[in-house]
Amino acid sequence: MRRIKEASWRKRKKRRRLTHRVISHVFLLMGSILFILPFVWMVSTSLKPDAQIFVFPPIWIPHPVMWENYLRAVNFIPFFTYLKNTLYVCIMNVIGVVISSSLVAYAFSRIKWHGRDVLFIVLLSTLMVPYQVTMIPLFIVFSKIGWVGTFKPLWVRAFFGIPLYIFLLRQFFMGIPVELSAAAKIDGASELDIFAKIILPLSKPALAVVALFSFIRTWHDFLGPLIYLNDEAKYTLSLGLQQFHTEHTTEWALLMATSTCVTIPVIVLFFLAQRTFIEGITLTGVKG
Amino acid sequence: MLFAFPWFIGFSLFIAYPLLASIYYSFCSYDVLTPPKWVGLNNFITLFIEDDLFWKSLYNTVYFIAVSLPIGIGIGIAIALLLNLNVKGMPVYRTVFYLPVIIPLVVSSILWIWILNPHYGLINALLDMVGVVGPGWLTDPKWSKPALILMRWWGMGNMILIYLASIQDIPRQLYEAAELDGATFWHKFSNITIPMISPAIFYNLVIGLIISFQYFTEPFIMTNGTPVNSTLFYSLYLYRNSFCYFKMGYASAMAWLLFVLIFACTLFVFKSSAKWVYYRGKLE
Repeated sequence: MRRIKEASWRKRKKRRRLTHRVISHVFLLMGSILFILPFVWMVSTSLKPDAQIFVFPPIWIPHPVMWENYLRAVNFIPFFTYLKNTLYVCIMNVIGVVISSSLVAYAFSRIKWHGRDVLFIVLLSTLMVPYQVTMIPLFIVFSKIGWVGTFKPLWVRAFFGIPLYIFLLRQFFMGIPVELSAAAKIDGASELDIFAKIILPLSKPALAVVALFSFIRTWHDFLGPLIYLNDEAKYTLSLGLQQFHTEHTTEWALLMATSTCVTIPVIVLFFLAQRTFIEGITLTGVKG
Repeated sequence: MLFAFPWFIGFSLFIAYPLLASIYYSFCSYDVLTPPKWVGLNNFITLFIEDDLFWKSLYNTVYFIAVSLPIGIGIGIAIALLLNLNVKGMPVYRTVFYLPVIIPLVVSSILWIWILNPHYGLINALLDMVGVVGPGWLTDPKWSKPALILMRWWGMGNMILIYLASIQDIPRQLYEAAELDGATFWHKFSNITIPMISPAIFYNLVIGLIISFQYFTEPFIMTNGTPVNSTLFYSLYLYRNSFCYFKMGYASAMAWLLFVLIFACTLFVFKSSAKWVYYRGKLE
């Protein structure tokens, strides 16, 4: 009797677990569809012939599929010039951030000096300053030295240490055992030796996070190019795309094709570096 | 100490100097071409007493934050709970919810203009399927802010990820003990999950506040303040004053007010956190 009861109870529990599982899948699927639909919409529009764009209810699968929209889009605007400009600014930022932020982070974590901890608090508090406050004086300075209209204002800062990345790298350097530095010091190594030969090689994952974040941040940046670039030949992809939209508001197929082209590199990068990404986010709890 | 040298220069050039200069400018009338002229408190007086658009932009920003942030936090937790379930294909689901974050803001802004198109857009097409005639969204002053809020919720993958990490940190024994005592789902949720992830909620609240006060790119690209200034947000109005009207002094005054506002709100949240944030590592 008892055994039968237990069996039926187990069966019921099993069934309940099954319904739970089904319900969670339904919810997850519904949410996912809602979140992915805009992407589908973007790609679908980008492949439509003009006549199928302004139709209600919308046509989801274009017929015929207009692959040539992409060719038209990259020729409609100087896409590859914009791409080159964007890559240039991104790479300069990555180089600057990796060199300077790691150096500064080293000073804030592995060397003891007077006033270090106070200055570190100052560094952290600068994270709170909204960009609107520094934007205007910086613009005035850059315009006085004639840098407005060049790429310099968009990457020079990276070479003087970005607080967020200094913070992130410092947290990582703190986790490297002190004994390693101590042993090297006994062998007569200078701080620069220790930094270049011990700390940096050990910090490859953290450096990858910093490089990735600063690359994507620069790729996404809109306000910087908007303020500092005024010559169309110097536009970055973000700014170029926005200008394209203001000039041709209804060219949706071409706009969506260009948008897809601007998005694909970061999505590819995301999938290639997914582990680095997640590591970075959990390392700081801060977005890139 | 020499190693920190780049940051000293960076700090003085890119933070300290601009901070001081912008305080000075905020008391000046300055159009970049002619040297700044001291006007005392005039900029602030004009802002507070004469400038209706300043109040309008402040109202819009507060509206945006007050609606998008609390509901966004709720939705974020709900999605994080879903993403914490033990079902097949979870990595795919997680990626899908995170994807909107990694696409450039310019792209998502332009994409959403198209999605929100009243006649041919995705959202009104979906609404039509369930028999609802959708509003004019970005063209309707009543619906323009909700439209932008909707878009903001779509891109909250970071928030979700932080909740998820926090939920995964909760010790299983807590739930097991509660189940033995016959706790329902709701009991477990409100008495274990919420207190245990309260540091993550706190973090997302603070970051959300700071980011939302500086909300700029989306309204700049999507509406540029229209219709009838219903999407004229604080940072957008600040940008106009500085880079369209070249009222650098006036804009600096606005920037400093923004700084003070953000600082005050953050401080308030920090102070209140003692009452509702529970830290496991804290010593009694």
